[in-house]
Amino acid sequence: MKKSNEKLRILLKRSLVLFSANIFLFFILVGRLYYLQIYQGEKYAVLADSNRLSTRLLVPPRGSINDRNGVELATNIQNFQALLIAEQTRGSIDNLLQEIAPLLSLSEKDKARIKKDISTHRRFVPVKIKDNLSWNEVAALMINNYRWPGLIIDQGLIRYYPFGKYTAHPLGYVGSVSEQDLQNSDAPLLQVPGFKIGKSGFEKTYDESLRGTEGILKYEVNAYGRIMREIEKTDGIKGSDLDLTIDIRLQKAAFDAFGDEAGAAVVLDVHTGEILAFVSTPAFDPNLFVDGISHKNWNSLRNNEKTPLTDKAVSGQYSPGSTFKIVVALAALEAGIIDEKTTYNCTGRMQLGNHLFHCWRHYGHGKQNLVEAIKNSCDIYFYETALELGIEKIAAMSRRLGLGQVYDLGLENQKSGVIPDKKWKQEKLKAPWQQGETVIAGIGQGYVLVTPIQLVTMLSRVVNGGYAVSPTFIKRKEAAPAEPLGISEKNIALVKQGMFEVVNGTGGTAARAKFKNSDIKIGGKTGTTQVRRISLKERAEGIKKDEDLPWKYRNHAWFMAYAPHDNPRYAVAVIVEHGRSGSGVAAPIASKILEEAIKLDIR
Amino acid sequence: MAIALNQNQELSLKERFFNLNFIFIFILIILAAIGCMTLYSAAGGKMTPWALNQGIRFGLGLVVMLTAALIPPEFYYKTTTIFYLFTLFLLLYVDIAGHRGMGAQRWINLGFFKLQPSELMKVAVVLQLARYFSNTPYEDIRTIRGIIIPVIIVAVPVAFIMIQPDLGTSLMVLFCAAALFYLAGVQWWKFAAAAGAVAAAAPVLWHFLHDYQKNRILTFLNPERDPQGAGYHIIQAKIALGSGGAWGKGYLSGTQSHLNFLPEKHTDFIFTTFSEEFGMAGGIVILLLNLILISYGYWFAFRIHNSNYFGKMVILGLNTNYFLYVFINIAMVIGLLPVVGIPLPLISYGGTVIISVMASFGIMMSFYANRDRELKK
Repeated sequence: MKKSNEKLRILLKRSLVLFSANIFLFFILVGRLYYLQIYQGEKYAVLADSNRLSTRLLVPPRGSINDRNGVELATNIQNFQALLIAEQTRGSIDNLLQEIAPLLSLSEKDKARIKKDISTHRRFVPVKIKDNLSWNEVAALMINNYRWPGLIIDQGLIRYYPFGKYTAHPLGYVGSVSEQDLQNSDAPLLQVPGFKIGKSGFEKTYDESLRGTEGILKYEVNAYGRIMREIEKTDGIKGSDLDLTIDIRLQKAAFDAFGDEAGAAVVLDVHTGEILAFVSTPAFDPNLFVDGISHKNWNSLRNNEKTPLTDKAVSGQYSPGSTFKIVVALAALEAGIIDEKTTYNCTGRMQLGNHLFHCWRHYGHGKQNLVEAIKNSCDIYFYETALELGIEKIAAMSRRLGLGQVYDLGLENQKSGVIPDKKWKQEKLKAPWQQGETVIAGIGQGYVLVTPIQLVTMLSRVVNGGYAVSPTFIKRKEAAPAEPLGISEKNIALVKQGMFEVVNGTGGTAARAKFKNSDIKIGGKTGTTQVRRISLKERAEGIKKDEDLPWKYRNHAWFMAYAPHDNPRYAVAVIVEHGRSGSGVAAPIASKILEEAIKLDIR
Repeated sequence: MAIALNQNQELSLKERFFNLNFIFIFILIILAAIGCMTLYSAAGGKMTPWALNQGIRFGLGLVVMLTAALIPPEFYYKTTTIFYLFTLFLLLYVDIAGHRGMGAQRWINLGFFKLQPSELMKVAVVLQLARYFSNTPYEDIRTIRGIIIPVIIVAVPVAFIMIQPDLGTSLMVLFCAAALFYLAGVQWWKFAAAAGAVAAAAPVLWHFLHDYQKNRILTFLNPERDPQGAGYHIIQAKIALGSGGAWGKGYLSGTQSHLNFLPEKHTDFIFTTFSEEFGMAGGIVILLLNLILISYGYWFAFRIHNSNYFGKMVILGLNTNYFLYVFINIAMVIGLLPVVGIPLPLISYGGTVIISVMASFGIMMSFYANRDRELKK
């Protein structure tokens, strides 16, 4: 009995120990609960939210680019795509694809791709069947919609350039975000699949303001990624519109005036500097780039010898040729070296040291005053004038008139051209200036290089009475009046008179630039620049006619003009690459453009 | 005292019924109600597929418990060995021919019910050990020779359960048996020696573990080892629990469970489902209710007639078994133990556990209902 008591005693004693152990273990559990739920509660609350909450950026509509009258040059159009949600379909996917294949002209390859997409995604994820549906395809799907549950038509926006090649320069285009874009910017929108970013032209320069502000959609997902509900939606803000000074009607007319020729033309309002037309031909269809251009199209653009991808109006640098004589004339008049009565006798050649300089007219022009020299584009007159004037004064006047610099246009690849002087040559070529170089600079050859936008700016500054207008694409709300350049009205009137005679004078170099259907008078100046060097031997044997040369060796043709002559409003500079002759090819184009501008009465 | 005079008189059915502990039964009902409520939430606010079923099973469990409680305790004493041997046979049967379930052979399909012999074995081992210890003199229990038979009683079924393989249940049977050895008076140093032997054999045992068992242990030690695979369960359970905070996200508002981030949200991990919605406060309520049940168990063992050593052993064994269920389940879902597949009785969805736990409570209460008389051997 004693032993049995001992057995019971130990049982009771030890059951108390066991009971205490149980309570102790429960307290450990409570301690752990405290640690996880109170001490680390917030951390886990955040983790729980990051589990269930997802956000998606909503792409805002891109701002449109408009011309001066509000016509949309770059806009967004609706893009329809067909999507399939596998879990909502009735019957087999194969049958469904079989039925819709003829409507959407799906190939076997497309079908295989779709089936693969469906098998690799969860069944509630919409899989793309076809992008960029035509209206007919949309209609065909809509009519039979009831037959195919799970087939949905989704609409998005894509960039569209209604005027295509006419506005390729300067608008540029948008395209997919590249690796490099991602490195340059941490804007969250760039991460959105399918987002388009400005790749060139204004689309690139003004990308951030055109882009707008992204909207945010916050939603709850379950463990399999299915969207359970929308929690919060903030709509995006459409990008700012960009209003240009271009008039699309004039832009089209200017572009078409070139026909098949390669070149560039810029039309300026001479008082405000507003760019009314800005053309570089040939161009390309920017719509080809929006969805990624094909290799074939890209290569054909790149290998085209007429360089459609280059914006020749700002990045084409050409010798100004005889158009430069206006600058030289003004510089000489202002310096007092010549006046309206000063004459030089043109015999067709001029000796300087042991070098012989030729006039373009082999037998010479005879005695010429300034107006006659401009009208006839006499080289000897300007050789003599330049020689007396010196390169420094020519360079100074060039710069006053806006040459040799880039403007704030919002365009990449602007070239500054070259206005040579002694310092420039020393720095660039490590050689002293030669007198002969001043002589050929007098007729815009040699080192002098200008771009079409610079040339039209120069002309505008002259014909507006000597005000330093700068070209611009953006209408300035409160434009400060252009600074006067301090050039005497009398001298300006004199060179204008010369340019009037070029077009209207008997035997003027550009009689073909007269308006066809209007009595309004214009003034202008031709220019032809050699692309190849004429050797002594060739000159002796007779210079080859330009038409006989291959295209790329022919001369460039310039014509710059303004209208109306009495009270100038518009100025244009036209370059036709390898156009052979300023008067023959460039002048009619410029005339057509100006006539159109006058007709449109652009304000 | 009148009771003392009647200590050998058998009680009528009515007397036995009114001798039951109704507070204990009431707490069982509260816990089951919490279970159904949580299952209703886990189903996204629906009675189907779990809450209603669970309610029906609990009702069945109550019937089983009352039946077991009203059977005279002598029945359990007398049938112990037959029950033990029969259960051992069933274990052997599932090992050989059992159906596949959850990657392990554990079930006997009775058509309307899937019988899990290892659940029965938890009870059978307790009864068999209690019977052995109650009939063995104290001096013998203190000798090595005296514990050879009980070791065999435990080792054979544990081996069978291990083969299934069901690590969680085998460990539970082992721990429960260890508690009974301890209560019977087996010396401390023998436990230390056994523990030392297990530690020495651990590398060998490791070798015999299935890959998924090894993974569970490795993943428990470092959940981030495999955040998409096995560790995912532990990480998501911790997030569910931790994000519940002090007061929870509110009933039917648990995001982790409702959006299916939480695995096994209605079975093994139901405690986290509940704690996400009711926070630490809710978790403590569940722990407290269970602690009250367990305390009652100790009280039952203490209260029954001192001559009924067998009854005390059985009550303490089954009580410890229940404690182990609760402790291991909660410890594993809050990341204190490896995930070994032990449900939370009364709350987790699943029929077998409810029936087996309610039957255990019934047996415990059968002894309690006859608390003032000796056991007739």
